[in-house]
Amino acid sequence: MATGRVAPASVPGTPLLKDELDIVIPAIRSLDFLETWRPFFQHYHLIIVQDGDPSRAIRVPEGFEYELYNRNDVKRILGPRAACISFKDSACRSFGYLVSKKKYVFTIDDDCFVAKDPSGKEINALEQHIKNLLSSSTPFFFNTLYDPYREGADFVRGYPFSLREGVPTAVSHGLWLNIPDYDAPTQLVKPLGRNNRYVDAVLTIPKGSLFPMCGINLAFNRELIGPAMFFGPLGDGELIGRYDDMWAGWCTKVICDHMGWGVKTGLPYIWRNKAINPFLNLKKECNGVYWLEELIPFFQCVTLPKECTTVQKCYIEISKQVKAKLGKLDPYFNKLAEAMVTWIEVWDELNPPTNAPSGPVKGK
Amino acid sequence: MHLFNVQKTLHAGKLTEKILKLFMATGNENILSLIQSLNIQHILLPVLPTKNMSVEIKDNEVDIVITALQPDLTSFMEDWRPIISQFHIIIVKEPGLEEDLQIPQGFDHQIYTGSDIQRIAGHTSITFSGHSCCYIGYLVSQKKYVISIDSDCLPARDKNGCVVDAVAQHIANLQTPATPFFFNTLYDPYRTGADFVRGYPFSLRTGVQCVLSCGLWLNLADYDAPTQAVKPNERNHRYVDAVLTVPARAMMPVSGINIAFDREIMGPTFFPGFRLPEEGKQRWESMEDIWCGLCAKVVGDHLGHGVKSGLPYVWRSASANRGDAFGSLKRGWEGVKLMEEVVPFFQSVRLPRTAVTAEECVFEIAKMVSERLGQSNAVFSKAAAAMIEWVKLWKTVNSQQA
Repeated sequence: MATGRVAPASVPGTPLLKDELDIVIPAIRSLDFLETWRPFFQHYHLIIVQDGDPSRAIRVPEGFEYELYNRNDVKRILGPRAACISFKDSACRSFGYLVSKKKYVFTIDDDCFVAKDPSGKEINALEQHIKNLLSSSTPFFFNTLYDPYREGADFVRGYPFSLREGVPTAVSHGLWLNIPDYDAPTQLVKPLGRNNRYVDAVLTIPKGSLFPMCGINLAFNRELIGPAMFFGPLGDGELIGRYDDMWAGWCTKVICDHMGWGVKTGLPYIWRNKAINPFLNLKKECNGVYWLEELIPFFQCVTLPKECTTVQKCYIEISKQVKAKLGKLDPYFNKLAEAMVTWIEVWDELNPPTNAPSGPVKGK
Repeated sequence: MHLFNVQKTLHAGKLTEKILKLFMATGNENILSLIQSLNIQHILLPVLPTKNMSVEIKDNEVDIVITALQPDLTSFMEDWRPIISQFHIIIVKEPGLEEDLQIPQGFDHQIYTGSDIQRIAGHTSITFSGHSCCYIGYLVSQKKYVISIDSDCLPARDKNGCVVDAVAQHIANLQTPATPFFFNTLYDPYRTGADFVRGYPFSLRTGVQCVLSCGLWLNLADYDAPTQAVKPNERNHRYVDAVLTVPARAMMPVSGINIAFDREIMGPTFFPGFRLPEEGKQRWESMEDIWCGLCAKVVGDHLGHGVKSGLPYVWRSASANRGDAFGSLKRGWEGVKLMEEVVPFFQSVRLPRTAVTAEECVFEIAKMVSERLGQSNAVFSKAAAAMIEWVKLWKTVNSQQA
């Protein structure tokens, strides 16, 4: 693991939550994309988790304060339990969530760049995520004018006043312009499909409704929902490839619904540039597409008992149901359920419920 | 997993394909032989090429319903002419309006006045005053689809300055499937330039029929009296370029200002049942459309249909702001207070499997309203009674038309 030093730079306005938010980046290709984000990210601490071959050197652009972990660091810190952290398909970012000491996490892929809104202005995605997380959610009744807390909006006629205070927002799910997050079959059919539609909305996904959570442009309240953000061993080579973020999303939504927290989706947009290989993706995904038909009904039926009063307890309960119901369908799910339990053990160990700072020592 | 559970599930009528698979997956010999002895079989679904639930809507299947709260409809109809002139139009004159309506030439239309309303529904206790006279229009329409826009609304312009054809957009919303069982983060996947995202189950991509399209409003948004009073100058300038399906079991406030629906399927769910004692002619003084929308959503969810919200926008003009929000407030917070009971009630409604039409569903909801809410406020018992009368009236009028 390596740490960098911050270089003096001009401040483009007052950054929000700079001491309360970590930016977690799974480094798969290179980190050159950080140059475009510099004005927005430079005051935040980065946690970079290097995917793939640990002997490959990853260059971090000058002027960012960061920690960098590779597979060797993960093994050193977690020991035999390191197996629960997948180093395929950017699921390694979960390790970043694990070791962060901040209240909020923003995660972004290294093929994502700053987008522009319809007026041509560059979008500060991080600022929008922060706005989303700091304002309430409204999962119990759908507001037809979308996020009522945005300037220029409000609750519409008929919206019960008792629900207008909203609930804490646990997750802010952003979207993508240019290359949309389609699955492999759709990419094959629509190789030139681009998302050019800027939808100027943030909205709360209603309670009881599941959604496909994409990890490319995502922020969450780590103190609330961190333990559920396990992008598990669902990567390349596993039974279900390219669905690590989806798995975390379904667990997260079920738990948020149970705990009475909100999940928002919509703004901000980032600009996604990615060389798509739909044939390669199809090979990785075909199992996932098949298993999705079992997984969605499974998550739609998950019920969490009243005794599950913490996210960890909810997560362990889900892992039991995974083992009981999905384990019968394929032994892979037993392995996944065990990884979920290991994750919680590791989470609790690295994040004991005290105010005193603890965890592995940073720096070499 | 015990044999007992299988039997219990059977008796409760809860055995579905999914649950059957789970039982069988246990490998429990007793369960497997029970299933075999009862001759319970998988339903084999033929593998078909992906065909979604799109329908084609022709102009002659649509009625545009307009309520006339003031006599001169000239400028309203001229502004909408390019958009509505090819459709049949039902104009319902507010019963209290005495002057003759002024309607420009060149529209295929029918007018219903107070005496028509009296003839059709005078024998019921249902009141059709104010905006509620639109329901007569829904009742007498003989078309499959109804589109209704308040007469103080004009065509809006989108972000490029182009006039929004609200009727065409509503038709597009009703024509393409809805996707209520799983949320698509790129909103309506059937719009050009959009699709289902990664992680969206393929079995849910055919969607279900969309039976209700709820549009929005630029300029004056549909706020209630307290919000209007606090923010009298707020205007909605945000054009959100999205249509989305409101997920199953999520409740929402449906505004009657800009709405379209499949009348054949959902007609009985739109009625003036929920009337506030001090209700006036301003939208912010009424909740009957909110009540209908909650019924419609519950019924739609139960029948397996979808509801969309978002585009099209209409431009709600300043004339919609006539009247005094503070005055309305003083007359009572009744509607606002009552919503506190109304929403939890609708969230808890579970319709029996035997209710397979909208009429049957509305009838069941009326019974529940009477039992669970009737005691707390007379508004509810009147609403329940109106719902039952409406279902009977609907059946009568529709059988006469058939």
